Amino acid sequence: MHPNLSFEQAPPFSVPMRFFVAAPWFGVVAGLLLAYIGGEVVSSRWTGEVLALTHLLGAGFLLHAMCGALLQFVPVAAGGNVWRPRMVAGVVQPLLGFGALMLAGGFFLAKPALLAGAATALLLGIVGFSAVMALALWRTPATGSTMLALRLAVIGLLVTGGLGATLAEGIARGWSLPFPALTDVHLVWALGGWALMLLAGVSYYVVPMFQLTPPYPAWAMRLFGPALFVLVLAWSGVQLIAGAEFLRRGVGVAGLLLAALFALLTLSVQARRRRRLIDATFLLFRLAMASLLCVAGLGLLMILVPVVGEDGRSGATLGILIFVGVFASAINGMLYKIVPFIAWLHLQRLGAPLTAMPNMKNIIPATAMTGQMRLHTLATGLLVLLPWLPALAVIAGLAFAASSAWLGGNLIGAVRRYAMFRDRIRAAGAYRES
Amino acid sequence: MSMTDPLFRHHKHCDEIFARAEEAVSEGAWVDAEEAFTSLRTELETHFKSEEDLLFPAFEQRTGMTSGPTQVMRVEHGQMRELLDEMQRGLGARDAEIFAGAAEILLVLMQQHNMKEENILYPMCDDAIRDPDVGDAIAQRLAEPCHA
Repeated sequence: MHPNLSFEQAPPFSVPMRFFVAAPWFGVVAGLLLAYIGGEVVSSRWTGEVLALTHLLGAGFLLHAMCGALLQFVPVAAGGNVWRPRMVAGVVQPLLGFGALMLAGGFFLAKPALLAGAATALLLGIVGFSAVMALALWRTPATGSTMLALRLAVIGLLVTGGLGATLAEGIARGWSLPFPALTDVHLVWALGGWALMLLAGVSYYVVPMFQLTPPYPAWAMRLFGPALFVLVLAWSGVQLIAGAEFLRRGVGVAGLLLAALFALLTLSVQARRRRRLIDATFLLFRLAMASLLCVAGLGLLMILVPVVGEDGRSGATLGILIFVGVFASAINGMLYKIVPFIAWLHLQRLGAPLTAMPNMKNIIPATAMTGQMRLHTLATGLLVLLPWLPALAVIAGLAFAASSAWLGGNLIGAVRRYAMFRDRIRAAGAYRES
Repeated sequence: MSMTDPLFRHHKHCDEIFARAEEAVSEGAWVDAEEAFTSLRTELETHFKSEEDLLFPAFEQRTGMTSGPTQVMRVEHGQMRELLDEMQRGLGARDAEIFAGAAEILLVLMQQHNMKEENILYPMCDDAIRDPDVGDAIAQRLAEPCHA
């Protein structure tokens, strides 16, 4: 019966942590770059500067955090055995890290060689990671909506990586491709097919867990993943059909309504939480869901009112809301719950008595989390205003860089405290044994 | 109703009491906190014992899996018992930090544990154990402290 079922295969601490610790520093680079280039350029999606910024966030910050989270989540929550997690993380994370930096550098400096190098590194990293995850996810006996969403998300990641690598190679080598349409398809797979799918699948699991909320309604969990996947597929199809403007709008409206439904359901179950304690994770998750509602509202407005849709500033606001407001906030919040817990879990496995263990509240001090959360919220607000007030670029960029650096510092602090307690526990063990 | 339904419902019952105890400590309402925590501890202990004495042995006997999921669940029960000790220490010292630090871990550990049971182990038990006496005995045990 269920020969693959094992309950206890949390990967080594370093496996998710190397992704988590690296992630915020891409946000730091993005914030500094924005402060350097100024706010005038953000209203055009197609400039090298904006593509550098979006990929520092998307392929750097978000992709790192999401891959790290999956490496932790799939074994623990889904009972899926990840093949050689330490080796996979050791190979995939540098590929993604260098790939994201090369990609941003290639866009910013307009260097085809960097784009080609980035395409190879990111594709290798993404295909390797997806293959290992797919193997773990398809072999686990676990079923349910979270599992389905995770499986679909891995497909989404593969498609995103494949399309992204094709586009980067295409630019580097001067291929003749339908760049705007393919870029839109790449973007929708990245944000919808991969990131939102993963966020939903993980939320079904962690939102009730962290706040003791009722579960998401079963019909919604069953509907959301497959519906999102079908809409992303349909969007891809209509992008490639010339003159299908009406269909394109219809699919767009449906996708935005689906995203709004997810945000509303999350806020609704959170409103009925049994745990009254309010912490940084909870507030960041609310910020993410409020941002997602704004994305849906603005996106609908852009589709239905042409003058809004054609204004580059609307698109820029939409992008900032999605990358920073929704995904960076949700990730930031989840890291504050996951990292102290896994630090504790690994220390506990060293066999220390509980009295020798650090208080969970001290692994990342609550004041540091709350302060960073406030700065992140401020930075998000400034960034959302940026397309309309380009003079904010320096302050918004620096605020986001500082908030990301603070998050990075909080995570490094957690690793240092973990190492300190680990060494102390081992020394006490060695002393007892000698 | 399946054999493990009472265990499933009892998880939610324990969640309620956990939230009550945590809230009382955060408000400095130590008398309410003592009462809620004592109740939480009793309920969780009853839950663990029902599984360890009745459900797991029946499952292990039917399937021959003695070192698999049931063993991991027992280890996690041990971790949760230690965390309850730590919360008790915080309560005794009227130290909200100690209590909250342990409670934070207990919550995540407990929820993760419950989901593994509810999604994987309980369905396996419902599938494997055909003896209605086991289910009756579990339901009876869980009913006792709830109504005390």
